[in-house]
Amino acid sequence: MVEATGLSKVVRLANGTPGANELVILKDISLEVMPGEAVAIVGASGSGKSTLLGLLAGLDTPSSGAVRLDGTELFALDEDGRAALRARLLGFVFQSFQLLPALNALENVMLPLELAGKADASDQAREMLKRVGLAERLRHYPKTLSGGEQQRVALARAFVTRPKLLLADEPTGNLDAATGAGVIDLMFRLNAESGTTLLLVTHDEAIAARCARKIRLVAGRIDG
Amino acid sequence: MPRLALRMLLRDWRAGELRVLALALVLAVGSVASVAFFADRVRQALTRDAHQVLGADVLLTADHPWSAELRDAVARLGLARAESTTFVSMARAGDEAILAAVKAVTPGYPLRGKLRTAAQLYAPDADTSEVPDPGSAWLDERMMTALKVRAGDTIELGRSRFRVARVLTLEPDRGVSFMNFAPRILMRVEDLPATGLVQPQSRINYQLLAAGERAAIARFEQWARARLGRGERVDSLENARPEVRAGLDRAQSFLGLAAMLSVVLSAVAIGLGTRRYVERHLDGYAAMRCMGATQPQLFALFAWEFLALALLASAAGCALGFLVQNLVAWWLARLVPGGLPQPGPAPLAQGAATGLSLLLGFALPPLLQLKEMPALRVIRRDVGAPQQSAVAVYIVGFAAVFALMRWQAGEVKLAGYVLGGFGVSFAVFAALAYGALRAVGRFGRAGGVSWRYGLANLMRRPRANAVQIVAIAVGIAAVLLLTLIRADLLDAWRGRLPPDAPDRFLVNIQPEQRAPLADFLERNGVKPPQTFAMVRARLVSVNGKAVSAEDYADERAKRQIEREFNMSYFAALPTDNRVEEGSWFGPNDLEGGALSVEHWLAERLGIRLGDRLEFLAAGRSFSAPVTSVRKLEWDSMRPNFFFIATPKLLEGFPASYVASFHAPPGDAGLTLRLSQAFPNLTVVDVGVVLRQVQAVMDQLIGAVQVVFLFALAAGVLVLYAALLATQDERTHEAAVMRALGASRAQVLAAQRAEFAVLGTIAGLLGSLGATAIGWTLATRIFELDFVWSGWIWLAGPALGLIAVVLNAWVGARAALARPPMSALREVV
Repeated sequence: MVEATGLSKVVRLANGTPGANELVILKDISLEVMPGEAVAIVGASGSGKSTLLGLLAGLDTPSSGAVRLDGTELFALDEDGRAALRARLLGFVFQSFQLLPALNALENVMLPLELAGKADASDQAREMLKRVGLAERLRHYPKTLSGGEQQRVALARAFVTRPKLLLADEPTGNLDAATGAGVIDLMFRLNAESGTTLLLVTHDEAIAARCARKIRLVAGRIDG
Repeated sequence: MPRLALRMLLRDWRAGELRVLALALVLAVGSVASVAFFADRVRQALTRDAHQVLGADVLLTADHPWSAELRDAVARLGLARAESTTFVSMARAGDEAILAAVKAVTPGYPLRGKLRTAAQLYAPDADTSEVPDPGSAWLDERMMTALKVRAGDTIELGRSRFRVARVLTLEPDRGVSFMNFAPRILMRVEDLPATGLVQPQSRINYQLLAAGERAAIARFEQWARARLGRGERVDSLENARPEVRAGLDRAQSFLGLAAMLSVVLSAVAIGLGTRRYVERHLDGYAAMRCMGATQPQLFALFAWEFLALALLASAAGCALGFLVQNLVAWWLARLVPGGLPQPGPAPLAQGAATGLSLLLGFALPPLLQLKEMPALRVIRRDVGAPQQSAVAVYIVGFAAVFALMRWQAGEVKLAGYVLGGFGVSFAVFAALAYGALRAVGRFGRAGGVSWRYGLANLMRRPRANAVQIVAIAVGIAAVLLLTLIRADLLDAWRGRLPPDAPDRFLVNIQPEQRAPLADFLERNGVKPPQTFAMVRARLVSVNGKAVSAEDYADERAKRQIEREFNMSYFAALPTDNRVEEGSWFGPNDLEGGALSVEHWLAERLGIRLGDRLEFLAAGRSFSAPVTSVRKLEWDSMRPNFFFIATPKLLEGFPASYVASFHAPPGDAGLTLRLSQAFPNLTVVDVGVVLRQVQAVMDQLIGAVQVVFLFALAAGVLVLYAALLATQDERTHEAAVMRALGASRAQVLAAQRAEFAVLGTIAGLLGSLGATAIGWTLATRIFELDFVWSGWIWLAGPALGLIAVVLNAWVGARAALARPPMSALREVV
């Protein structure tokens, strides 16, 4: 499903001559995730987890290396091509939820369907919100929802397009432990129900333990 | 995509994201449209009324009878025709005799406008469509008085006798002219031959009036112009009713200014609003990119949304504009007899173009920058917002505004001043605000925690805060400009024509009559009148080269050269005269002799500064160089002179005198007694015209005030938008402070300190800006005296403090009312 080979990300610092003032964020990462697999990327803060996730999603470009998503060479495409691929394959869950503040819960979930030009966006979104237990809160705006509720809306938005691959970036990072546990339960349930491949970035070992496999990053390299 | 964009528009609207933007657009479009509607109607009314002033759609004048060919052409084109013949002749009744301006007309005269007559002197008058019957004549009031006749009496004109049938009270086509103003006799053209007054050598004007359908008139005018012979001319509308036109021109300048201010201010509000919109939508944009939306897709989404917003707001603005201009027109109903014509559809296009170009000019550049925004922002906050180069972004917007203004006002000068004024203000405000912040930061270190924290906050983002101060200052400057300074400007305008402005002119006062006349006026309760000496002189050569009518192609120039000019002499520049070129008489000029010429005449006769002019008066000649070119205020209702000489140059010549005074109210018989006591004087009563001009001015000022409300609303909106700009950040900061354990009181005190500094700086800058712009407008554009106001320096900071404190109070309350966690979560 996901295949990365020799991924590196090097950032040149201001005014630096090449080589002298470079910051290596990721170094020679290769990994493979099978369809239906749940994989956790773990590591301390600053170990390059989020950068790796951004590269795997095609949000960022690597200094070297390649990524294949569902058989497609990601960086052979231009930015709009990658976006189209994301629309077809990916669902996202972010640490800071990233709901649109001007849209209510229902509209937030409808948005990816609308962008894809789907006709029955509203019905699908309602159904999905029912599945995450927010059938009563369709018309609420993000700022009137609790953090847990906001992340559940985000989960509904991620799953509503039936993605083959779900990328989750510290999905409980902004939530307290109890709420976070609830959101994680829901995420794994939805993942199991829809047979989605899951790639989860976290620094929480307990959450990582629920995934079938762990990839540990230390200072930009895969540890072990 | 357009459908999704409409849905997004609806959602953004419901969430309150678009209120400032939409309101700013509606105000801008509304003010532009209302002014455009109004200007359109006034233009139409002026054209219509100007035709009344001619008495026709086209007026042809010649010094010989018109040919049958011309009359045929009028008939062939299906136009209505009337003719009149005018000349000056002595009229007699009993022992009285007076020089009369005789007009002999055909039935149907005038073709545009109506004559008014009364049955008896001082009886109520009414419109009439008739002309005098053969054998009878209508006399105006001064003629009746001078000849001491009543309706039913008989007068003699040449070899004929006429029965006085009615009193002529108004001729729509008789302009206001202070000189050569003989009383009127109106008669039938058929009676003319019998009088024996029409001789080959007589100076007679033959007028042919034509009126009818527009296209036919245009064809006729073109046809006639192509065949004009010697001594023939087609009269244009250019100089019809100069006194009313001057007022309307000034009002249109004011209205244009109001519309421009609204446009500029709305543009600022739109700029601020878009910035906030883009900032608030950055994350959403990035999130949508993650969902797989392509850049062209997202750009199209926002572009459609904004296009729809612009169209809807423009429609609302046009509707508002239409309503307001109707209100204004209703206000002015009495101003234009016959009311204002209905406006055409062009102003709608103007309004819509304003809305579209404003929103697209200001919103597109930041939206285009959204494309630079990496989608990575959703997981990496440090991948920041696109670098907004404020100047580059808004250049497109300001170019759009300037283009709009030029188009709307057709006045580059005013548009340049307003936009330049704001541009310079922005730059100066920004520099001063930044400097002031640095100074406060350096010297304001003492004080409590909250005070220091507040100041530290200001210093932490000196640029962002400077921008906010500039925006607030612009809003305050606008509000001050539109309240305090507007009132001063309008007062200055109104002051141009005080209630006791002269309304009677006495012409042809002989030197020995000056003392008795002064006594007479004093006995009748009239304040000592202004008296001007008047010497009649003919221009004979320019720079030693003899001039004659043949030297000029322009018919009016020909006529002026053939006639004698009324010249006067002054040592000091008379009021309502402004030297445009050269300088007023200095000591050397007064000694050696010099001339000052009116600029319009100078242009027409091709007279330049330094030219030596020679005049012939009473058989003697005199010459002097032109040392200045003057502009006159035609709406001042005072005697004006085309040529003014230095006193020494003219003192030896025989002169008559002109005087103007304000008649005491309620003394209807004064004119009569005056003409009895001094039979040779011509008394010109401009009371009616003056009252009309005053009414015009009052009503125009009222109308201008209504349109100014738009600009005021836009100014308030700018204030609101400026304060809103940093609200999100402040909410977040308050939450951080609370999270760190600050008490509500401490948070409020810190914000108060910050806002007090912000408000005071912005207020002072606003006062400075308003004064500078007001002074520029008064002196450079409206040519009025600028009144320095001390209040403004208190009002500005007060307004600044009130605005920010009110905002802080509401905003801080909102921020503090919520648990810090929710505020933190939302903005993180």
